[in-house]
Amino acid sequence: MILGMDFKKFLMVVLAGIALSACATQKKAGMMAGDVYTGSDTVEYLATGVKDRVFFATNKSTLTTASRDTLRKQAAWMRKKKDLKFTIEGHADERGTREYNLALGERRANAVKDYLMTYGINGSRLSVISYGKERPVNSGSSPLAWSQNRRSVTVKAD
Amino acid sequence: MKKLILTVFCIFLFNGKALSLVQVDITRGNLDPLPIAVSPLHVESGSKDIKQDGKIIKNVGEKISKVIEVNFRRSGLFNPLKKDSFVQNPDIAHVKPRFEDWRLIKAQALVTGKVKVTDDKLRVEFRLWDTVAAKEMIALAFSTTPNNWRRVAHIISDKVYKRLTGEEGYFDTRIIYVSETGPKTQRYKKLAIMDQDGANVKYLTLGNELVLTPRFSPKNQLVTYLSYFRNLPRVYLLDIETGVQEVVGDFPGMTFAPRFSPDGKKIIMSFAKDGNSDIYTMNLETRVVEKITDHTSIDTSPSYSPDGKYIVFNSDRSGLQQIYVMRSDGSQVKRITFGKGLYGTPVWSPRGDLIAFTKVHKGKFYIGVMRTDGSGERLLTENFYQEAPSWSPNGRVLIFYRETKSDSQGKGFSAKLWSIDLTGYNERLIETETDGSDPSWSSLLSK
Repeated sequence: MILGMDFKKFLMVVLAGIALSACATQKKAGMMAGDVYTGSDTVEYLATGVKDRVFFATNKSTLTTASRDTLRKQAAWMRKKKDLKFTIEGHADERGTREYNLALGERRANAVKDYLMTYGINGSRLSVISYGKERPVNSGSSPLAWSQNRRSVTVKAD
Repeated sequence: MKKLILTVFCIFLFNGKALSLVQVDITRGNLDPLPIAVSPLHVESGSKDIKQDGKIIKNVGEKISKVIEVNFRRSGLFNPLKKDSFVQNPDIAHVKPRFEDWRLIKAQALVTGKVKVTDDKLRVEFRLWDTVAAKEMIALAFSTTPNNWRRVAHIISDKVYKRLTGEEGYFDTRIIYVSETGPKTQRYKKLAIMDQDGANVKYLTLGNELVLTPRFSPKNQLVTYLSYFRNLPRVYLLDIETGVQEVVGDFPGMTFAPRFSPDGKKIIMSFAKDGNSDIYTMNLETRVVEKITDHTSIDTSPSYSPDGKYIVFNSDRSGLQQIYVMRSDGSQVKRITFGKGLYGTPVWSPRGDLIAFTKVHKGKFYIGVMRTDGSGERLLTENFYQEAPSWSPNGRVLIFYRETKSDSQGKGFSAKLWSIDLTGYNERLIETETDGSDPSWSSLLSK
């Protein structure tokens, strides 16, 4: 009996350990899909539930499913805020040459602008600016930091 | 910037190259630099001290010889010998060196000279001697304003370099670069200019707006660069003598990656609109704008060949960043890089025979050179991050910048200027007051 109790306890501890480690790997994997950042550590909100930024794969300006979802929410909110204008800032990570990154940031910002326009936002309300690799949000030199820096951020224009 | 008034009196120029035994081969990595003695320049009696920027400079003859020594040592081609082994007084050595004494300390070449400083004039005379053949190789005199004493040292260095290597020097030149301070997420960037040895640094902008990629005109005191003035990234032109700035062209979007044409009359740059970057030129006299590339990909980092007939640039039209060459009218576009990895920032050598570039492969950054058809690739240096090479005006040295890894707080981050010889030897840090990036080398200020 006593032995059996101990064994049960032991089993429970082991199971808890497995669950914990599974949780940890899931969380880590959940931060990036491929090399696109999927977490929300750096994300700010334009309004409740409306994320201000989307993330990109290395050297790419393609919008992921999650990015398109974020941008549809941005567009829905922008349609309600008819008097507001926006600047879309395109950014790159530090792992490319400066001039190419300026062009890449511009391409990313325009990919966002184009998508917002297809959801009914007038292009005259949206301006773009590329910062290339000049304004990282995470100072680190790690794949996670770079994934957070490959982004396009929608900000209210003044 | 004060204009230099420099008069050169040629006392006697020994021009019999075949007679001299001392020669420096700069085409190979120089592992055996030439031992050279730079005797302190003798200050003639009655000379005054130089007053410069509130400082008093005594014994300018010795100061000039030190600047020359540093130039020589940094070139990697010369080994300036310690002055405490010199046995002959500078004034006597300048008139008639005892060659056997200089040979005894292993000097193969000897620089001697004298200076005279009056209120408004600095007169410098120097000679280069071949101690092995016991012959004078150069004798020259200069007159200039006393404040130009460092330039005198650079000009002497260039004359000696040319006499001993057979090629133009690069010491009487300047570097324009971006001075960086502040945290990595919010860097303050200013345009800065300095002599090639790091002296006489001056800041040309205040740091209120982001500035990037300054490049010298090969012909005059103009600089072109990218500024985020009023949050509109545009290519600007700056006259470093007058301080006058102007935006280049009237483009409805970002212009970037500017460079001058070899005659200094045009600016070539990228213009980004609707997610597409193409290459344009603008004639600075007529203001006529021409579109050079027309492709849905990113076309950027253009650089002319020194004869102006070709343009090398960077494009991702194949899917990833590669280097292409075309005629200067945009025709006959040809990809020249096919190696593993990405290629960027191509710059045509002033000698015309090579293109320097940045290569990114397996998470490492390389500075390399290749022939203008893409063959003969040689990688000179590998690092965590480095890019944007710029050629010395004689095409023998490349200057570039290098960044270090940092943690998420930005700790460990730095951006520094480095130089390396075309041979891949003689890699050197160029000390700057602040962090630095995007260096561009000027032409020789005096020829």
